[in-house]
Amino acid sequence: MKRNIIPLIVLAVLLVLPFILRDPYYLHLMILVLMWVALGSGWNLISGYTGQVSFGTAAFFGVGAYSAALLMSKLGISAWWGLPLGAFIAVLLSFPFGWISFRLRGPYFALVTLALNEILRHIATIWESLTDGMVGILVLQTFISKQPYYYIMLAIAVTSIIVIKLVMDSKLGYYFVTIREDQEAAESLGINTVYYKMVSLCISAAIIGFTGALYTNYMGFIDPKIVFALGDISIMAILVGIVGGVATIYGPAIGAFIMVAVQEFFRTAGFGLFIYLANLTGWSFMHTAVKYISQAHVLSFGLLVIFVIRYLPNGVVGDWDVIKRKFSFGKTGSV
Amino acid sequence: MDTFLQTLVAGVLKGGLYAIIGMGMTLIMGVMGIINLAHGQLMMVAMYIAYVCFTYFGLDPYVALLVTMPSLFIMGVIIQKYLLNPLAYIEAILPHNQVLMTVGIAMVLTEVIRFIFTSNYLSVQTSYSSSTLHLASLSFSVPLTIAFFSACLLTAGLFLFLLKTDVGRSIRAVAQDAEAAQVMGIDSERIKAITMGIGAALVAAAGNLLLPVYYLFPDIGRPFTTKAFVITILGGMGSTVGAILGGVTLGLAEAFASTYKGQEYEEMTGLIIFVLVLLFLPGGFKRLTKV
Repeated sequence: MKRNIIPLIVLAVLLVLPFILRDPYYLHLMILVLMWVALGSGWNLISGYTGQVSFGTAAFFGVGAYSAALLMSKLGISAWWGLPLGAFIAVLLSFPFGWISFRLRGPYFALVTLALNEILRHIATIWESLTDGMVGILVLQTFISKQPYYYIMLAIAVTSIIVIKLVMDSKLGYYFVTIREDQEAAESLGINTVYYKMVSLCISAAIIGFTGALYTNYMGFIDPKIVFALGDISIMAILVGIVGGVATIYGPAIGAFIMVAVQEFFRTAGFGLFIYLANLTGWSFMHTAVKYISQAHVLSFGLLVIFVIRYLPNGVVGDWDVIKRKFSFGKTGSV
Repeated sequence: MDTFLQTLVAGVLKGGLYAIIGMGMTLIMGVMGIINLAHGQLMMVAMYIAYVCFTYFGLDPYVALLVTMPSLFIMGVIIQKYLLNPLAYIEAILPHNQVLMTVGIAMVLTEVIRFIFTSNYLSVQTSYSSSTLHLASLSFSVPLTIAFFSACLLTAGLFLFLLKTDVGRSIRAVAQDAEAAQVMGIDSERIKAITMGIGAALVAAAGNLLLPVYYLFPDIGRPFTTKAFVITILGGMGSTVGAILGGVTLGLAEAFASTYKGQEYEEMTGLIIFVLVLLFLPGGFKRLTKV
């Protein structure tokens, strides 16, 4: 019971947050954080718990996003129906590609997901009669205020965390971890590894596809470059998962918060700090710095990947004991 | 018929280049057991080095090979020694963290180059960039023909190196069984670093040979990384002969796709081949050639 207190407090704070946080910009950031909680949790299930590293978050995300957008633009059905449809199509898509790669041993799954991402981006770009190619699709937003989106996103984030917690507490979860730790041992225990990897991928794809469809509804505009982005979606999901904590329930929540903060820090040049400094001091190199910092967010992602894998491979939650030890070591100064 | 033959020629010439890209990758795959997802980005860096050599020092791209290959060799060694080798001692839950690391390296390389050179398209215009040779009714692009024969030379050189020299034998030993090689007194970490260096140098050569006929921009790395892993899977992981076959196959397939289907399908061809290979021939050509 004690373990559940902190998440419940956080949830309570998140529930009342829109009443305190009036600024739509910060509410938008919180919506993004919640979106990344869901996406990071989805990635964490297949990659963190089941050990099949996926570069394909953007593929499932984009498929979800496009199914919602196409429902609206081609059939005239409300894009909200795209949420279940997006999840369904993402799961359908995961079947053939999961089946191709899960039979094989080696880094095939990582490569297949990477390829899937590229293939879908090319299709969405080339098939102009359906997707309008690079022009993208515009969907009218249902709500003007950001609050409804905030609560919907919160519901999805919480649901995905609960779903993954339930899955991991059940027999399935033990199968997944066994497959990650030792496939041969899992098979000799009678676990059908291909089947259970598939189950894990399907749950993951459903969560990601659902979130992708909601993204369309919230942002109101998608194009192939945005939703099938390797760096901004797939790598971001991996970072959210790793920074927060691989194979931990609440890791992605923390990772999402950190990563959205990092992304926004670079996009706005230190939340406007550098622009403020530039205006204050009038130094021209400050303006140059602003320009470079706002361009550097992909670079920062790359450096973060290298840093995190090298020094924090299990994330803030996973390596919490290591971090704590380091800090207490510094404080006491004794061995 | 002419179109067909012309496409065939173009495909084979390009395939020669793809073969050396794939050979570096497959060597890395065989020895380290990882897919190097920074391969195309290493090539991009080499191309920018050659570009600088050409624009500021007037060095011909073919002479610049003497600059880019050693510098990329050193870069590969540094990457392996300081970024990839240490990962073996880190206890991580996540498997494949070396592959993830190469993705991080790829992003950093691309963005650093973007900082220095911006995203603008650059090109190297040499006197022979657009010249062609005519043989009967077929035309051969001069730079691509030179590239093809240089690729053949490099391939022969690599084979001699792997078969006849001590280091080459050590590389093959580590590829077969890293632990057994270690027991025999081979410093496998050193061999891994050298292999990464050779892989990087080979792909640098490919980039250099491609430079006279290609545009240059920071994002050029990613499609070539994709091509490299498609070739590696197609040829069979760790098989150098397979990489040559895979490279030529991909070159041909792309040439035919872009002639008969349209330019925009060129990049997708490789990806479709990749999926088909995993479906029908998961071991790649290695399963057929046995080497």
